[in-house]
Amino acid sequence: MLSKERALKIKEIAEKYRNVPAPYGEDINLEEYKIEKGGISVDSLMELDEGYKSKLESIGIDIEEKTSAGSYLQINNKAVYSKTDSKIEMMPISEALKKYNLDDYLWNLVEIKDKYTARAALELTEGFFIRVPKGVKETIPLQTCLLIGEESSSQNVHNIIIVEEGAELNVITGCATSPHVKSGLHIGVSEFYVKKDAKLTYTMIHDWGENTHVRPRTGVYIEENGVFISNYVVMTEVKSIQSYPTAYCVGDNSKVTFQTVAYGKGNSKMDLGSRVVLSGKNSSADMISRTIVVDNAEIIARGHLVGESENVKGHLECRGLILSDNAHLHAVPELEAKRTNLDLTHEAAVGKIAENQLMYLMSRGLTEDEAVSLIIKGFLNVDVSGLPPKLAKSVEQIMEMTLDAS
Amino acid sequence: MLSIEDLCVKIGDKEILKDIHLYIDSGETHVLFGPNGAGKSTLINTILGNPKYEIVSGSIYFKGKDITDMPMYERAKLGIGISYQSPPAIPGVKLKNLLEIITNRDWSEIEKMAEILNFKDFLEREVNVGFSGGEAKRSEILQIYAQNPDFIMFDEPDSGVDVENVELIGTIINELLDKNKMPSDRKKSGLIITHMGHILNFMDVDRAHVLYNGIVACSGHPEEILNNIIKHGYERCVECYQKKEH
Ligand SMILES: Nc1ncnc2c1ncn2[C@@H]1O[C@H](COP(=O)(O)OP(=O)(O)OP(=O)(O)O)[C@@H](O)[C@H]1O
Ligand SMILES: [Mg+2]
Repeated sequence: MLSKERALKIKEIAEKYRNVPAPYGEDINLEEYKIEKGGISVDSLMELDEGYKSKLESIGIDIEEKTSAGSYLQINNKAVYSKTDSKIEMMPISEALKKYNLDDYLWNLVEIKDKYTARAALELTEGFFIRVPKGVKETIPLQTCLLIGEESSSQNVHNIIIVEEGAELNVITGCATSPHVKSGLHIGVSEFYVKKDAKLTYTMIHDWGENTHVRPRTGVYIEENGVFISNYVVMTEVKSIQSYPTAYCVGDNSKVTFQTVAYGKGNSKMDLGSRVVLSGKNSSADMISRTIVVDNAEIIARGHLVGESENVKGHLECRGLILSDNAHLHAVPELEAKRTNLDLTHEAAVGKIAENQLMYLMSRGLTEDEAVSLIIKGFLNVDVSGLPPKLAKSVEQIMEMTLDAS
Repeated sequence: MLSIEDLCVKIGDKEILKDIHLYIDSGETHVLFGPNGAGKSTLINTILGNPKYEIVSGSIYFKGKDITDMPMYERAKLGIGISYQSPPAIPGVKLKNLLEIITNRDWSEIEKMAEILNFKDFLEREVNVGFSGGEAKRSEILQIYAQNPDFIMFDEPDSGVDVENVELIGTIINELLDKNKMPSDRKKSGLIITHMGHILNFMDVDRAHVLYNGIVACSGHPEEILNNIIKHGYERCVECYQKKEH
């Protein structure tokens, strides 16, 4: 639940922003996307129909649940399945709101300031609530997936993860559109709390399809000595994505890593940013983004580091390959310092594949296509850090599979 | 094996190679000397088929085929290989992965060669990323060993390599070029560029050429030519070059 005052306040703000477009990304007419109410529920992921099952597998979900500490599945706006057998608490957010007062967690890190957040605040919204109790270090990953299963509908999601003091959690989230759905909208609000000495590794794989608009809104709060690692992978077509997650390194010695791997093809439009506000002493941030555009795709890779405290360190690495004259790639790295005693750096490079690399491989007997594909694989092969080996392997496989298919 | 006739090559507007003739028989290894900027790497890259090097006139034949206009990877498939002077880094691609793609040998053989080259630890490294000069050369030798071409060009395999490794690399190259077989059993051919000559102490070479300002100024017995260069520098070559220019 929320306290009465807070609920009212949220409603009041959201009403104000109901029709306000976001500063970035194409403006979407929300009227075109209805909000689906009903839906199935299952007792095991194995009960899902084959179409769903193979989709889930393609985005890294273990449907037999042999290698996961728990699973959450949401189709449209209904939590279809939520189960964990570890000490981790996991439930649909609708249930958590019945059980707990979430005044301190809901709409605390993400501001309502455009029509998408307003819709998530005002309309039917579901999501996962995960809490790792103090000191519990879960080494096996938890998997969550969000699917759009209904034509021309809007999936509204609000997620909360709380990793209590000294606890650790690894989450993989797969997001996709059901193969028969021609168009959809995903609005996803996520608020993550990484408390003192805690660690959260969050890996997200997107596979939305060429007619889905995606508007994630994410905020992360990291306390003293806390660590947050985000790995974001999108290898398939999408109509548009616009996201700009922000991590607040509030605690001393807190640490953030954002890794983004995006492959834009077809007519995909992606505006992908990440921002870290370093306000804890000695806090640090690493942002790595690797993007490729082919066909008519467009990617804007933004990065913004804000240093507000002493001895903070931040590095932003933004590399992009453009492989078609009809594609568009725009890197926007920003550094902002508010103290003298800090160190913020960035390197950005966009361009085509280096001729000498191509020639090198071709003189070893690779055809031009083979050489290009190998260079691209290498380029995208960022070290998916902090992942359990098995998960890292499956992320790698997903990348290889999509590259080989294209 | 390889025959080059009347070859003229440009890079951009600049004429680099002029009227090159070169004939390398099966089982033969030639060495190419010449001062910095003479066009040695250009010649090798032209034989490889790098499109940056524009052939203005002349022809290149390999195994009896006219390869003058053949794309690079087809030449590689036909049996031409190179160990580069300064190879580029391929970030994110493990050496092991590249070797698996280009190899014409069993993996166990490659592992053995990596062991001989003291290079086993580098198999998991990204190709040429952060390799020192000498390490890059060993990586090239390992790749060329895996690929196992019939005609191998070595562009300064010894530059930047420490004394022990020069001996090691020289010995391996010699073996790669069938020099430990009886002359009539030798099938492989080679072309080696070197400034130092020291590596030749560990190799058997059949003939030497001096490239001077884009022209083959002199050809002959390797030892004789090397001794001349050591004694007189390229001074004598200038004379021959001037004679040939006209
Ligand atoms: N891309 C280029 N554009 C213009 N000139 C070039 C280019 N590449 C090479 N050259 C020139 O061609 C000439 C021959 O270069 P090459 O690399 O073949 O010399 P080399 O004999 O291998 O020298 P070194 O012993 O220093 O390796 C040089 O004068 C060089 O500056
Ligand atoms: Mg050279």
